[in-house]
Formats: sequence, structure tokens, C-alpha cells
Amino acid sequence: MSVNEMTTSGTEAALELARAIAAVDAADSSLGMLRAVAALAQTRSTGAIVKLIEVLRYNNPGAAVAAVEGLVAIGEPSVLPLLELMDGYNYGARAWAMRALSQIGDPRGLSVLLEALVDFSLSVRRAAAKGLGSLLWEAVEPGQLDGMRGQILEALSQSLCDDEWVVRYASVVGLEGLAMGTIEFASAPGTELRDRVAIALQKVATADSEVAVSTRATLAVRNLAEAG
Amino acid sequence: MTNPDSASQDASTPRQMSPEIAIADLQQTEDTSRRYYAAWWIGNQRVADLAAREALIAALRDETDRSPDGGYPLRRNAAKALGKLDDRAAVEPLIACLGCDDYYVRESAARALEALKDSRAIAPLVALLDGGVAAAVAVPGKPHLVQPYDAILEALGALNARDAIAAVEPFCQHETARVSYSAHRAMYQLTDETRYAEVLVQALQGKKLQLRRSALLDLGAIGYYPAARPVAETLAENSLKLISLQGILARVVREAGGDALSEQTVETLKLMDDLL
Repeated sequence: MSVNEMTTSGTEAALELARAIAAVDAADSSLGMLRAVAALAQTRSTGAIVKLIEVLRYNNPGAAVAAVEGLVAIGEPSVLPLLELMDGYNYGARAWAMRALSQIGDPRGLSVLLEALVDFSLSVRRAAAKGLGSLLWEAVEPGQLDGMRGQILEALSQSLCDDEWVVRYASVVGLEGLAMGTIEFASAPGTELRDRVAIALQKVATADSEVAVSTRATLAVRNLAEAG
Repeated sequence: MTNPDSASQDASTPRQMSPEIAIADLQQTEDTSRRYYAAWWIGNQRVADLAAREALIAALRDETDRSPDGGYPLRRNAAKALGKLDDRAAVEPLIACLGCDDYYVRESAARALEALKDSRAIAPLVALLDGGVAAAVAVPGKPHLVQPYDAILEALGALNARDAIAAVEPFCQHETARVSYSAHRAMYQLTDETRYAEVLVQALQGKKLQLRRSALLDLGAIGYYPAARPVAETLAENSLKLISLQGILARVVREAGGDALSEQTVETLKLMDDLL
């Protein structure tokens, strides 16, 4: 490709992005909004990040799903804007932002996710609990690994007692992910951590009064046993 | 840990609540707002106490707390609370409320009777369907029909009122979507015929978010496993989809007998994981 062609395609990409953003602003129905956001997410452009985050505030679940998918696909560049723009969100938007951070799995999200675990909104707590189990450990310095995992274990053990079943359910999923991560990214106390998680989950499997939570814990115990 | 959801409710309450205070608040008759709040609190906390039950039943006949449109706010709250206390002694007093002038008292009573699962409620509920679809029209100047048809139909389904099939079925054709959904939901429970549940699955594709939400909750209430994937893919809040799948999972687990992790169970859990 010649320099000339590259410049042209770069300009076209910028134009396409500008058009996609304008289409989101111009959308006048919830379906139109969904389509416009999906198209913007498709650009996979870092220039779309701020607008995609704005969409999380629109109280349009379909559009929010598309925006989260876009932010997750863009990945790492979305993390800082998500962390910076998190304050002042309504709780619906915070929950979606938490989902995006959870799915990207960037360890820089750790402290925000830990705080979100005691948020007043149950959908924020739910998304955070799951996300804490799926951080990307390869991006963490080995020396910090055990400390971070210890913090997460502590926090999720507490949210296993949340009043809302769905937060307890997400905490089970988070703990399962945390323990699974120690198999893939081993650390010295990994076995001990797995044992502690297994004991906590076994207790949930027999004691939680909500069928969905106890059944999910039973599955997690089986998955951990099979993974060794 | 702290529970900020209830903390926000406490913010509007001047003092710390306890079962004793709530019962005393409900028994006094001078401060209607304290009685109203106490009735809600007793139900929300599921205070299982003879005095609480008696005070709530007495509140079903209250004449002091009246809204500008002639309604009975305290009666509505008392009926709702009795639906949460799981005490059959409330059945006859709640049946009496089905004749109340206030639509919302009748609605709360129908839902409470559904929760109490007592077959004595069936005949009085069916009686409210008198006149069929032709009589089920809007009340002029009000945002509702002459009866709380959705609550009545859903209660009949949950109460397994097979004798009521002939009365329930025509409401599947009611022009109000919400009522039609409730009739389909009940008919599925009463007949086990999947064609009724499939109408609700189709409703997940509806244009209006409010109706998609309704269908989600209906499918969760009947625990219709074939809807699991369509529920997960509906354009609506994850919270509601999770509640719907929770209902589906509960029935899948129940019907799997001793198999704690059947294929359908694991499949449903996987869909729920992805919505967290």
C-alpha cells in the first residue's frame, strides 16, 4: 500500500467514525439507537470509546449491550476512560461499566471492582463479583499476585453472604474463576487458596437457601475437583 | 456487611424498626402513615407473629386511611403483607377483600391468595371473571380495567384451578397484551400444553420493552425450559433475565429429582453466568 493510499484510508476511517458517532446522536428510536451503537462498536476504534461509554447512561439495555461489546473488543484502551468516567454514573450505567471492566479483566480495575462489591446497587455488586474472578493474571507482576488474590478471596467470601441471591451467585462464579486462575497461573500458596475456596463453596452448596445459588456452588465444586 | 438497599429505606424512617414497634404502630389508629409503613415492614421482614397477623387482618377492614380517589391504601399494604406471611388464617379475610370497591385492594388480595396457595380462593377468583372478555373493559377515567385480570388469571394458574379452564381460556384473546399473557401463563400451568408457553416466548420479540419484561417474568414463573435461550437473548435488562432464568432453573432442578447437575441444569447455569 502506498503512503497516499494509507492517508486516504486513514481519512476514510476518521470520516466513518465521525458518521457513526453522529448517527448515535441522531437516533430517534430505541431500535435506531441500538443499530447506531452496534455500528459504532463495529468500528473498533479508540475514537469510539467516549461515545460508547456515554451510551451506557441512556437506559437502553440493547444499546448498552452493544456498547459493552464494543468496549470489550477495543479492550485495554477502554480501561482508563472507564475508570475515569465511572464517577457520577447512575447505577444502571455503573453496572454496565462494571461489566465492561469485568470482561476486559485488566488488573488496574481491581480497586474499583473491590469497591463496587459493596455498592448500593445490586447489579453493580453482581458484575463486580463476577469480574473479580476473571482478572488477567499474566498482566500482574509475580510479586503482587498472592496479595491481590488474597484480597479478592477475602472480599468475595464476604459477598457470599449478600442479601441478594444474584450477588451470592456471582460471588460463587467469581470464586470459582479465582481458584481456576491459580491452576493456570500458579503461585506458591495456590493450592491453599484453592482449598479455602473449595471449602467456602461446599458450604454454600449445602447451606444457601436459594436453589440457583446452591446449585451453582455444587457445579463450581465439581469443576474445581475435575480441574485438579 | 451493610445492606445499603435497606439503609436507603431507613433514611425515610425516623427510627429503628423492630417487630414489636411495627406491631404497635399497626395496632394504633392515630397516625395513618405509621400504620401504612408498619404493614409494609411486617410483610417485607416476614414477621411470623400471631399479633402481627391479627393486626394485618384487622387492617383489611380499615376505614380511616383513605386516598383522594376513595381508595384504601392501608388495606392494600395489609393484603400484600399477608401474602408474604404464609398463614392460612388470612385466606377468608383476603377472599372478603376481593369484593372491595378499591381495585388495588382486589389486586393485592388476588396476588396474596396466589401466594398462600389455598384452593378456597378459586371459586371467588373465578367469580371475578364473570361476563368474560366482553365485560373486561377499561374503567372510564382510570388507568385500569374493571377487574385486576392479570392478577386473577395468574392466581388461578398458580392454584392449579383446572375447573377454571373454561373461564380462563377466552382471556388469551384479550386485547390488552398484559392480560393475554397472564391467561397464556395460566393456561400453560393448567393444561401443560406448550402452545400457550410458546406464545410467551414469541412475546420476547415484542416491540415494547415493558411487554418483553412482562413475558420474561411470565416465563420465569412457569419455569418453561425451552425458553431459556430466548430469555437470555431478549433485549432487556440482565437483572430481569436472571430472575426469569432463576425461575426456569428452579423447575429444572425440581424435576431432575436426585440429579443435582443434569444437562438442562448446567445449560441454564451457563446462560445465567453470561448475564452477570
